[in-house]
Amino acid sequence: MFVILVRRLLSALPILLIVSVLTFGLMHFIPGDPAAAIAGLSATPVQIAQLRHDLGLDEPFLTQLVTWYAGVIRGNLGRSILMGQPVTDVMLFRLPVTIALSAYALVLTLLIGLTSGVFAALRQNTWVDQVAMLFAMVGISLPNFWLGLLMILVFAVQLGWLPTGGYIAFTDDPVGWLRTSTMPAISLALLQVGLLARITRSTMLEVLRQDFIRTARAKGLPRRLVVVKHALANALIPITTVIGIIVSLSVSGSVVTESLFSIPGVGQLLTQAVLNRDYPLVQGGLLMVTALLVLVNVLVDASYALLDPRVRYEGR
Amino acid sequence: MKAADIVTETSVDEDAVAVRRQHPLRATLRRLFRHRLFVMGLCLFGIIVVAGVLAPVITDVDPTKLSMRNKFKPPSAEWIFGTDNFGRSLWSRVIWGAQLSMFIGGSVVLLNAVFGTLIGAAAGYFRWLDNGLMRVNDALMAFPAILLAIGITAVLGPSTINAILALAIVYIPRTARIVRASVIVLREMEYVQAAIAAGAGHWRILRRHILPNAMAPLIVQLSFLFAYAVLSEATLSFLGLGAVPPTPTWGNIMAEGRQYMTDSYWIITIPGIALMITVLGLNLLGDGLRDVLDPRLRIQQ
Repeated sequence: MFVILVRRLLSALPILLIVSVLTFGLMHFIPGDPAAAIAGLSATPVQIAQLRHDLGLDEPFLTQLVTWYAGVIRGNLGRSILMGQPVTDVMLFRLPVTIALSAYALVLTLLIGLTSGVFAALRQNTWVDQVAMLFAMVGISLPNFWLGLLMILVFAVQLGWLPTGGYIAFTDDPVGWLRTSTMPAISLALLQVGLLARITRSTMLEVLRQDFIRTARAKGLPRRLVVVKHALANALIPITTVIGIIVSLSVSGSVVTESLFSIPGVGQLLTQAVLNRDYPLVQGGLLMVTALLVLVNVLVDASYALLDPRVRYEGR
Repeated sequence: MKAADIVTETSVDEDAVAVRRQHPLRATLRRLFRHRLFVMGLCLFGIIVVAGVLAPVITDVDPTKLSMRNKFKPPSAEWIFGTDNFGRSLWSRVIWGAQLSMFIGGSVVLLNAVFGTLIGAAAGYFRWLDNGLMRVNDALMAFPAILLAIGITAVLGPSTINAILALAIVYIPRTARIVRASVIVLREMEYVQAAIAAGAGHWRILRRHILPNAMAPLIVQLSFLFAYAVLSEATLSFLGLGAVPPTPTWGNIMAEGRQYMTDSYWIITIPGIALMITVLGLNLLGDGLRDVLDPRLRIQQ
């Protein structure tokens, strides 16, 4: 188990290296002078040159790259130009918001996606199946920001049940968190629920057709037990693969969801950073987010070993 | 999907006979048109394509023409979809938006078909290229899709062409991966080995023996990709990173209409419905294509 985890982590390193080079290169091709943008309209050319020098932006590209990597190794991702704070501090302040929101969406996804997928598979070709799959199809086809807009219109503006936006931390006020996070979490979860329901259904159908299911039924085990202990347990392995994709979709989706509901999370932060050419924040932030996603995928990979003894023996 | 499955199941024998009698392409088309959800998807997507193509014919008002006297008019006989905060005809704007969406989606699909196939085939066929290409591929896929697209549009500046480029760069690694997977399997097939033994060159083997057989998963992928591209473009322009106003896109119409949605709900609702019809249609199309074209899934059914 431990060996597998370490090996997967090591194999993720080259990916992170390329990711960091790509983000670094990308931000340096952005047209426009960040120093001029930060200094403001009233700054003199001398002031701008001074600022550029202070930020290290007048160094050659390679020197900047080396300096940056030297910092990354020591856990220093530089200082955000806009916020004037270390990138790691800004990110660590915002990350819990996005993680809490994604976790809420993930819980909704697992609850609704798994149950509807399992029930659709058990009642294949009945109206239950058709209705569930119709909803799943609509789920993967609805633009999530549009659903967000409609929800704001109905539940916040017309009915006044929930606030139109903003964010209250769970640790400050759990009820307030629930009130501010429910609509964003639903609009985030929408696509994922559809995806998970469809995949759960098709893997369950595949497993339910297998001989050992028939054997289990034939030897008189109750249907419920066969479904949960035999079928679902085996279907969980391919389903787990999707969790990695779902987490990545959550982060991607948080960009537009957070800007729609004015939630101060990572998605909103990085969008602002890109638009304002805050190089260090974009580089460091993208690296941190992507590293986190890679880590999630490593954990998902390693969890196969927990779920499936066959992987444990073959994976060595 | 379910009702259509029953249809295909009961008609398997008939199909087998048909395959022997007919040209393979016609047999496939026949199966596709029996797939009820595929036909539904084709119709939905067809509505949007036709609307986009006929935009100059079916709209009489310039989508950017301001008319302050007519602002916030609800949908009526005179203004089919109503008007927005500048009194511009929403009918014109949504229809021209359809044209732009189809152009962007189509271009992203085309770029993916070309470069995804090239990169995927190169990585799958030439072992020495595989590791390098796929590592860069994995790195690009590790980024959250929208964030990468935002980063690239920020580099290039917001415009229609740049949105196309950004989305193409985001999705090409995913397409290349799918092509590579089929090429790796096909390369080891006996008929390919036979072609190598017969002295065929790399180019001929790829073009004549491998790529035609790798088309089915690629086509399925491209139809879903069209849906993602249209959806992502709408997201980008909703965030202000797509085509620049006053050019109408579904995303920027919704972004502008957002402030007025309390009283003029139609400004955000109608482009959203158009977007949903497109994506739903393409997803149904993709599902149908997968059911019919992908042999692995067909055996399971």
